[in-house]
Formats: sequence, structure tokens, C-alpha cells
Amino acid sequence: MEPTGAEGGHPGTALGLDQGHTEGEGGMPERFANPGLPPHVSRSADLGEHAARRAERQVAALFGISMVATVIFLVAYFAIDQNTYRFVPGIGQANLSNIVLGVTLGLSLLCIGLGAVHWAKTLMPDTEVTEARHPQRSSDDARAEAVETIMAGGDATQLARRPLIRYMLGGALGLFALPLGLQVAGSLGPLPHAELSTTFWRKGMRLVRDPELSPIKASDVTIGSVFNVMPEGIDKSHDVLEEKGKAAVLLMRLNPDDIKIAKERDWGHDGIVAYSKICTHVGCPVGLYEQQTHHLLCPCHQSTFDVTEDCKVIFGPAHRPLPQLKITVDAEGYLVADSAFREAVGPSFWERG
Amino acid sequence: MSNAATPKGAAGLRAKDAKPSSAKGSGLAGWVDDRTGAAKPVSYLLKKVFPDHWSFMLGEIAMFSLIILLLTGTFLTFWFVPSAGQVIYNGSYVPLKGIAMSEAFKSTVDISFEVRGGLIIRQIHHWAALMFTVSITVHMFRVFFTGAFRKPREINWVIGTVLSLLAINEGFTGYSLPDDLLSGTGLRAAEGFMQSVPVVGSYLAYFVFGGAFPGEAIIPRLYTTHVLLLPALIVGLFTAHIVLVAVHKHTQYPGPGKTNDNVVGYPMMPVYMAKAGGFFFIVFGITTLMAALVTINPIWLYGPYNPSAVTAGAQPDWYMGFADGALRLFPGFFEFHVFGFTLSLNVFIPSLVVMPLLYGIAGAYPFIESWVTGDKREHHLLDRPRNAPARTGLGVMAISFYLILFFAAGNDLMAIKLGLSINDITRAFQILLIVVPPLAYWVTKRFCMSLQRHDRDLVLHGRETGRIVRTAEGAFFEVHQPLPEHQRWALVQHQSEKPLELTATVDANGVRRPGAFKERLRGKVSSFYFADSVDPVTPAELAAAHHDGSAHEAIEAPQEDAGQGWVGQLHGGAEERPETDAYAPHEHQHDHDHEVDPDSTTAR
Repeated sequence: MEPTGAEGGHPGTALGLDQGHTEGEGGMPERFANPGLPPHVSRSADLGEHAARRAERQVAALFGISMVATVIFLVAYFAIDQNTYRFVPGIGQANLSNIVLGVTLGLSLLCIGLGAVHWAKTLMPDTEVTEARHPQRSSDDARAEAVETIMAGGDATQLARRPLIRYMLGGALGLFALPLGLQVAGSLGPLPHAELSTTFWRKGMRLVRDPELSPIKASDVTIGSVFNVMPEGIDKSHDVLEEKGKAAVLLMRLNPDDIKIAKERDWGHDGIVAYSKICTHVGCPVGLYEQQTHHLLCPCHQSTFDVTEDCKVIFGPAHRPLPQLKITVDAEGYLVADSAFREAVGPSFWERG
Repeated sequence: MSNAATPKGAAGLRAKDAKPSSAKGSGLAGWVDDRTGAAKPVSYLLKKVFPDHWSFMLGEIAMFSLIILLLTGTFLTFWFVPSAGQVIYNGSYVPLKGIAMSEAFKSTVDISFEVRGGLIIRQIHHWAALMFTVSITVHMFRVFFTGAFRKPREINWVIGTVLSLLAINEGFTGYSLPDDLLSGTGLRAAEGFMQSVPVVGSYLAYFVFGGAFPGEAIIPRLYTTHVLLLPALIVGLFTAHIVLVAVHKHTQYPGPGKTNDNVVGYPMMPVYMAKAGGFFFIVFGITTLMAALVTINPIWLYGPYNPSAVTAGAQPDWYMGFADGALRLFPGFFEFHVFGFTLSLNVFIPSLVVMPLLYGIAGAYPFIESWVTGDKREHHLLDRPRNAPARTGLGVMAISFYLILFFAAGNDLMAIKLGLSINDITRAFQILLIVVPPLAYWVTKRFCMSLQRHDRDLVLHGRETGRIVRTAEGAFFEVHQPLPEHQRWALVQHQSEKPLELTATVDANGVRRPGAFKERLRGKVSSFYFADSVDPVTPAELAAAHHDGSAHEAIEAPQEDAGQGWVGQLHGGAEERPETDAYAPHEHQHDHDHEVDPDSTTAR
């Protein structure tokens, strides 16, 4: 197609390159034509037997390395003790068996792959082949036939003529899954009842260190210290982990003057306060206590609670303060709970109120 | 695969490599064909053509990772004990001696220290799981940005989206199984997510965990989910995914000789048998080398799960990072107390709504786009991402949103490593989450359009050769070499979409037409997509750019300048090179018998 159109005449029509499609008036096509497949470019292995031989040797060598690596694996499996540790440059002390087995297995696999791909790229045909596509849609005849088959089949069942069967079948099919669904849903677990709202703590229980389970004297708790605390006797409980997951408490001593909330001071003992360790966000243990700022930080999602302000949330995704455990001292000077937790600990749930 | 069919397929490709075919079909292959009639489908399959491109390997990595996972996972079941029963450890790893732990944790430690080669299998399994989820994600990006989800492949896109969602949940159930301190904390959080469900949360949590957290039911239940339920779903959907790829025939990038009606590439036998088969071994080999040299999930360092303990810097596996990040960024004031009930949206939305929502939008995208464009044609030629600026922009916008959530899950590590305030980092992420995605859209779209203009420029003016020519008059210009026809085609083959015309909202009688609002919305979205589309160069434009006499079609140089000759027109100089092939008009000669309009297919 020759570019013609010189006969037209609007001088001075200046267009920016980005100003889109400009209609030509000559005999030029509106679009470029697909030039067809580019000419095949021969590879060195196609042209000379020397290059092909070299490629063959490379492929064979890769397969050879694979076999050698496999043999080393087999030997190393028996020869290297499972718990031998050696210094490996770049890694440090490392499990020798794991490294030798892994590297030999890896090389054994990798070299098979590299060999096969190299073989395909150098020696196998690289002339592109064209295959025709066809629309996904079936022909109209095929569609009509399918519809006809389905309709004829439907007629043959007489469902339309016999509504009694139709409704009863619908009812039976609609109901049969219910027993199966009920069985699995009904038997998966017990109802929670009040379990999420109660903990192992009872009035008069001693506070014991976790995990040593030794009781704590008020005088042991110096200002600035923090204790992981469990209720006494939790190790004798029927469900130790489940109870620990709710009863975990952090015990801290602050200067009583630093405590800004009267309730917090009243529920503590001489600046010693006890708070649930279970985050009110999604239940991670609130593991980090910043002694200087009296902040508690949950390492999972960084909810931050201010111990001087009754553990209210000062940052992060949690909403509710950590529940406080009311404590006092018994006759021997050990810290005891003065009451159970008065609200549910841990993450929020609908009926916690 | 039957051997008898093999030479048949290869014969046409390279006669000298083909062995004489046993036409009678005797031997084992004949025996099988007598009973199954497999020769025809097998030879069809072996002759099937697949186009070649590196980006098509991303899905293959996912496929091969799945095979590696099934293989190594089966091995692990031989030694893993899915039980929360408490035992005292007395194995060869000294630091844990005498410590109470679940049988699940103990058996995982035993796989790592007592079972010969057990650690390498465990580490291959975990690394392959990360490869699986990464490759699925990147494969999804490839499909999105090239428009491979368009008709007829919408169903396969939806299947792929579901597969991706299943894969990350399969990963979560897997890394929760060892019952170590890190994954146990993850399960504790998962229990918190369930509790946050409005109305039925506490019941849901008690049903899933078989009672109070942690309980003894969750490990066996996770195990069944991880080794039976989810793998069965994944393998089933994956099979459907692959069958549909074969039915549709693979998409191909636009290029010379490639049309919407053909597929250009190499046949299954022998080329893809060797390339894809070999690639399986490459993926397996590299995964194994990673497992050999890089420790992953050293649960013996974390210790057994204890509900009152926690590790600092607790991060999930990468694919759960975005959900964890969402949880960290969502402000606490979304918890409400109404009528004596607690509505904990600060947990419920980021943990249980964000993930299905993101995947739901992804799954719905092909249908949204086809509604906007009104395009009901089949598309087998891929879009270059720059040629669909709005779609590419939206994709990058989604990725930026995802990545900000992802990086927000590392806010604590950033605070420690960079010595910054965790509060500032979190606040910054909250702001970035709102500000960056629209910005990413805008920048990407502009970037695409700029690349399109660059393509136009390249087609119109050719490549700069760096060769400066001095004319007899003493003027200088640089010689530009026009693109060869085969290279040019990739830059001019596409058709740019135009926004839909807004139709009148009232009919001839002034009555509001039904559905007018929908039409208006569609018109608006369409113009959002295509209002500023850049067209590919047409033959006429190219001719004009070459100053070959089509003066009225001049593009760059206003005609008034023509009197000054080519001075200042550094792109030109054709007049000075009468003998060179490049700028002469014959460049545009085509054999129009072969012209194929890539978009005029289908829908008979």
C-alpha cells in the first residue's frame, strides 16, 4: 500500500504526538497489518555439528552431576550422624547432616532440570508452530440439541405432570442435609455458658509466681518490679492450659502517688496492683512492661495500656482497659485476691456486656 | 504417556530425530490403546501448542510447589503426631529436656532432630509453602495486568482467586500444627477473631476449639483440615484450573504472526515436556537448596505453647501479614457497647471481613470491567499493561493497599531496627493506607500513558542511531532508524478503548428512561477508564512523520516551518538519505491479504 494523499491540502495542521488518531484521507489503511511470523533465526547448534556436540556434552554433564549428587546423598544419609554440628562459612554452626543431604538432593534435582531445559533450548526444534483457535461457544445446533435433550429428559420424568412427586422430592432433598449439618455443628463443642466471663481466681487465693508457683509477700514486690502471677492451685486444676490462658496476671508496684485513679489504688495494696495479662484486643499475653513510663505493651498488635490510669488504652487497636484484680494481704503478709475478676478478661465477645 | 504416540507428534517437527513409528501399535502402548482408545487424545495433547514467555512460568512454579508440598507433606504425616496430649520431652535437643509439651510439638522437634533427613523434608515443606503462596500471588498479578482474565477466562480467574484464598488458609493451618509458642499465639489471636463475630462469636469459638482455648481438639481438627479437607479442595480446583487452561488454549502476548485466532509457540512433545518437566526439577532443586542452607521456622527455639507467655516480634508467615497489619492499624474506637452487648468491630472487620472483601473484589473484577467496556468478545491476545492504563493503575492501587497492610505487620520490627517510635510508625501507616493507593493509581496511569507516548514516538521517529550527519549546507542532524516491521507491530497492534457515549436520560417525550441512572453510571465509569486513552500510531501518521509528501497529515512540524527546510528537525533527515531503505515510502508496503484484525473474532 503506497502512502498517497499528497493531493489533500490543509497546510499548517499541527498536531501533538499524543493527540490521538488522525484520519488520513488517502488510500492508507486505518491500521497497520500483522506482518506475520518473523523469520526463524538459527541457533549455533542448528548450524554446526560442533556446537551441537558441545551442547550434547553439556546436557550429559549436568545429568552426570545429578547422579554424583544422588550417590553422595545416599552415602551421607548413613555416614553423617543426625546431630553433628560444624561451622559452615556464611551460616555459622549448622547441622551438617541437614546441609549435606539438602545440598546433594537439591543439586541432584536441579541438574536434572537444568539439563532438560538446556537440551530443549539448544537441541530440540525451536521453530514456532501455529495452532488455530476456535470460539468456546458451541454451535447453535449443538446448543439446541442439548436443550432438547434436557427438556425431553425432563418430560420423560413426568415431573411437570405429577406435582405430588415434585413437591415431595423437593422437600426430601431440601431436608436430608439437616441431620448431617446438625450432627457436626451440634457436636463440635460445648456451649460457652459463663466460661468466658469467669476465671480460676477466687477471693482469698494467694498470688503465686509463674512458673515457680511460690507465693509472693508484699514486701518482695519492690517499686518498679513486675511479676508474672497465677492463682494458687492452678496446677491442680482440671484444665491447666485453659485456666492459665484466662487467669494470667501481671503484678506491679508503683509509687502510690503515681497512681491517678482512686479505684486502682483501692483495689491494690500500697501501690501494688494486679492486672489481667490477657490483652482485651485478641487475647495475646501483654508481655512488655515499661518501668519508666508504666506502660504495658502487647507484642502482637502493640496495644498500649497505662498502668497509672487503671490500664486504659493509650495506643493501639484495643478498646477496653485491662481488668484489674482486687488484691490484699493475708495474715502472713502474702498477697491474696480480695475478689474474683469482676468482669470478663480477654478479647471482647457479644454477650460480655 | 504412551510411547507409541510419541514419534507421531514429533515426526513433523524434526524428521531426523523421529524413530520409525510402530504403526500397528503393538507392544504395551498398543495393549493400552486397545482397552482405552488413548492414542487419539494422547497425540492431541502431545501436539498441543503452548506460547513461550517467562511470565507464564509463574503459574508453573505454583503448580510444581503444590506437587512438592503434597510429596513432602505426605512424608511428614509418617512422623507427626496430631495430638495436644501433654508429654515430657526427653530427646536429644538438650535445651528442651524435661519440659512439658504437646505431642504435636514433641513430634515436630523429633522430626527435626531424631528422624534422619527429617529436618530437610520439614524445611522443604515450609519453603515450598512460601513459594506456593508467593508464586500464586505474582501469577495473579500477571494475569490481572495483562488482562488474561477477560472472556472466556472469567471462570478460571474466579477459580484462581478461590485457590489463592484456600492456599493462604492451608498455610495458616499448616504452620499452626507444631503447637509452638509463635503459632500458638497466632491461634490465640484466631480465637479472639472468632469471639469478635457479632451475636454468635463465643459459640463459634467454642465450636471450633471444642470448648475453651486452647483445648485438646484444635490440633487434630487443624490436622484434618490441613492434610485432607483443604488439599482435596485445592487439588480439585487446581485440576479444573488446568483443564480450563487446556480448553481455552493459553493466551499469548501480542507479536508478529500472533492473532486472536491462533496460538503460536512450541508443541508439548518434545519441547514443553523437556522445558516444563525440567522446570519442575529446577523448582524442586532450588527449594531444596533453600531448605538446606536457610533455616525456617526453628520451633525448637520458640519452645512449646504456653498461653501465658509470648515472644516479642511475633509475625505470621508472610501471606497472613496483610491481615495482621490490618489488625494493627484498625483503631480501637470501632468497639461499641450497645444495649448491654459488645460489638467489637475493631477486631471483626480487619480479621474476618478484610480478607474475604479483598478477594471478593478481585474475583468480581472481570465482571466489573466487562460491564464498563461492554466488551463481549473473546480475548486471547494479552494486553501490554501500559495499553490499559486505568486497569494497570487500579491494580497497582490494590497492590499498594495490600503492601501497606503487609508492612504494617512489621511495625514493631521497624521500630526496633530503625530506632523509631512504634506510635509514629503506626500512625504513618494509617495515613499512608488512605493516601497512597489513590496516588499510586494516578502515578501508574500517568506512567502508562507516558510509556504509550514513548511507544508512539519510537514508531514515528525510529531509534536514535547516534550517527550525526553533516549536510552540504553545514547543518547537522542525527540519523534515526525506523523500527523494522516485526518490531513495530508489537507497538501498534492494540486498539485503544473509547469511553461510551452518554445516552440521553430522558426519552423523546421528556420521560425518564428506565435504567437511565445505571447507564449514566456506566458512562461515567467508562470515561474514568478511557477518557484520556492514547491511540497507537496509524500508517497515515507514520507516513506523515516521515515527511514523505503527506503534508496535510503533518504531525510534528507545522507547515509554516517547511520553508526553513529540516533545520531544527533532528528527528528527520530523510531527504538527505535518499538511498537508505529506512525512510523511503516502501516501508509501508503490506500484503493486505494477510491482514488480520486481532479484535474481529468470535461471537458467531
